[in-house]
Amino acid sequence: MESRDANALSNGDRSTAARDNGIEVEGLVREFKKGPRAVDGIDLSVSRGEIYGFLGPNGAGKSTTVHMLTTLLPPTAGTARVGGHDIIREGAAVRDVIGVALQEAALDLLLTGREHMRLQGGLHGLSPTEIKRRGDALLERVGLAEAADRRVGGYSGGMKRRLDLALALVHEPSILFLDEPTTGLDVQSRAAMWDEVARLSNEQGVTVFLTTQYLEEADSLADRVGIIDLGRIVAEGTPEALKAEIGRPSVEAAPADPGDGERLAAVLERFGERTPAAPDQVAVRLSDGTQELAGVVRALDAEGLRIGNLELHAPSLDDVFLTKTGRRLEGAGEEEETGEHVLEPVPA
Amino acid sequence: MSSATVTTPLPRQALYLAWRSVLRTARQPIIIVPPLVFPLFLLAINASGLDAATSIPGFPADSYVAFALAFPFIQGSIFATNTAGTNIAEDIGTGFFNRLSLTPMRGSSLLVGQLTGVLLIGTLQAVAFLGIGLAAGVEIESGVAGALVLFVLSLAICAAFGTIGLFAGLRTGSGEAVQGLFPLMFILLFLSSAALPRDLIAQDWFQTVATINPVSYLIEGLRSLIITGWDGEALALAFGVALAIFAAGLAGSTAALRERLVRT
Repeated sequence: MESRDANALSNGDRSTAARDNGIEVEGLVREFKKGPRAVDGIDLSVSRGEIYGFLGPNGAGKSTTVHMLTTLLPPTAGTARVGGHDIIREGAAVRDVIGVALQEAALDLLLTGREHMRLQGGLHGLSPTEIKRRGDALLERVGLAEAADRRVGGYSGGMKRRLDLALALVHEPSILFLDEPTTGLDVQSRAAMWDEVARLSNEQGVTVFLTTQYLEEADSLADRVGIIDLGRIVAEGTPEALKAEIGRPSVEAAPADPGDGERLAAVLERFGERTPAAPDQVAVRLSDGTQELAGVVRALDAEGLRIGNLELHAPSLDDVFLTKTGRRLEGAGEEEETGEHVLEPVPA
Repeated sequence: MSSATVTTPLPRQALYLAWRSVLRTARQPIIIVPPLVFPLFLLAINASGLDAATSIPGFPADSYVAFALAFPFIQGSIFATNTAGTNIAEDIGTGFFNRLSLTPMRGSSLLVGQLTGVLLIGTLQAVAFLGIGLAAGVEIESGVAGALVLFVLSLAICAAFGTIGLFAGLRTGSGEAVQGLFPLMFILLFLSSAALPRDLIAQDWFQTVATINPVSYLIEGLRSLIITGWDGEALALAFGVALAIFAAGLAGSTAALRERLVRT
């Protein structure tokens, strides 16, 4: 890990976290045949009741990590304890204390929502009375009470995700793994999911390990964020701390005439150091913050440069990702999938 | 929150999984109708086209329908292979298998549960084939008790073929691969004593293949109850072969399941 925030836990604290319904990971590695290391020696620690956002592009290693922590995939190397139980030697005990909603809401389209509850609860050893009580309460809570007796094949994507979450909670786990729970959902369904996850953490003390490729989701929901890229955690801390690490805002501009790129860069570099930017754009991190924006505009005007686009960026988690990897988070996964790492060079 | 999970007894887990399997089966007419209709369709064709075979000296029955009634039982069981295998392959493909793996589910419960759905279809088939046979004038030479044994043997054969489907589904995780078994099973059926008694098959190579083909013994066991009466040897061979297929299929399925359930 290249960077750890000031809130990172000491070894002693980590052990306490794991015993106390948390997650503790040390040097976790997963290799696949004929492929690179999907997860390449990650360390992380999640405390009880914390929402940990695991942020990264497609193919970064998020889901592989979740599969290992939920005992579905044995690690190649390293150790992890979930709820105080070793994921390799105490798989059954780990499964007892976790609830999991994987990336694909794997549901049986021929069963109803209530029948899913009955099956899941039954396999977890709940009595029929408990299954009914908890199932009804959970279906109500996720807004599926009216649709409970309809076959899942007729559910929307959002309804399936909500049912998936309810199923993950039926046995009242103390740790919840959510693998990209809002991918593909509309804004309203996404907000409802965030509310429910926040409520579980705040009111019931559930530890949440949430993977996402959405910056906004990690920023607004997670107490702490781990940013993973190419199987390695490249930054970790609270969203505020990570953004503060970047510090100053940046200004990004595109010349109206693409041939003016170098002139534009020369002007902007008077106001701060260059940072990676989108193709055909120039960005600098402002040395004296937002107050320099007026000066930037005046300087561009004085040089007679026509500007096609000018944006002021407050530091975001995307900037953190950019700073740590040299790439923007959005689109990074697609680059990996095609094998084309088209990176914007970071000026020295 | 606290974990409320306790280890569920195996029969209770199996019951829940069987309940799901039965629900799924009942809600998919497409997997109930073909195993009922196609075997009867083939029986009708065979009975009308091969009726003259009853005049061959030494043919063991006066009615070809009675002789051939065992055929749909076996053909229906072959459909069971398909059903069991594609269901489990679908669960693997959709990720539902992972959902089950994350519960305290035991592998044996899954196998029992899946086979229960197969046996439901097998029961419907046995009732339908027997009922239609009786309606067509077939007399069960072994009587009511024989009809019950016929029923039990047909379910045993269904379960046996079902385990082969489970093995293929678990091993490959592909419904298409399971369906690829279907023609192979049909070849086995047609290269058996389904159409003629083995001693009346004129071609030596065919007779040899039919003799080493285990499907022949399953058919002959079923057939003996319909046209002969009580034939201990035929029944012992039929139950023995069904048991052997079941044991081999179950061993293969268990091994494939262990490999598939890689949870730590």
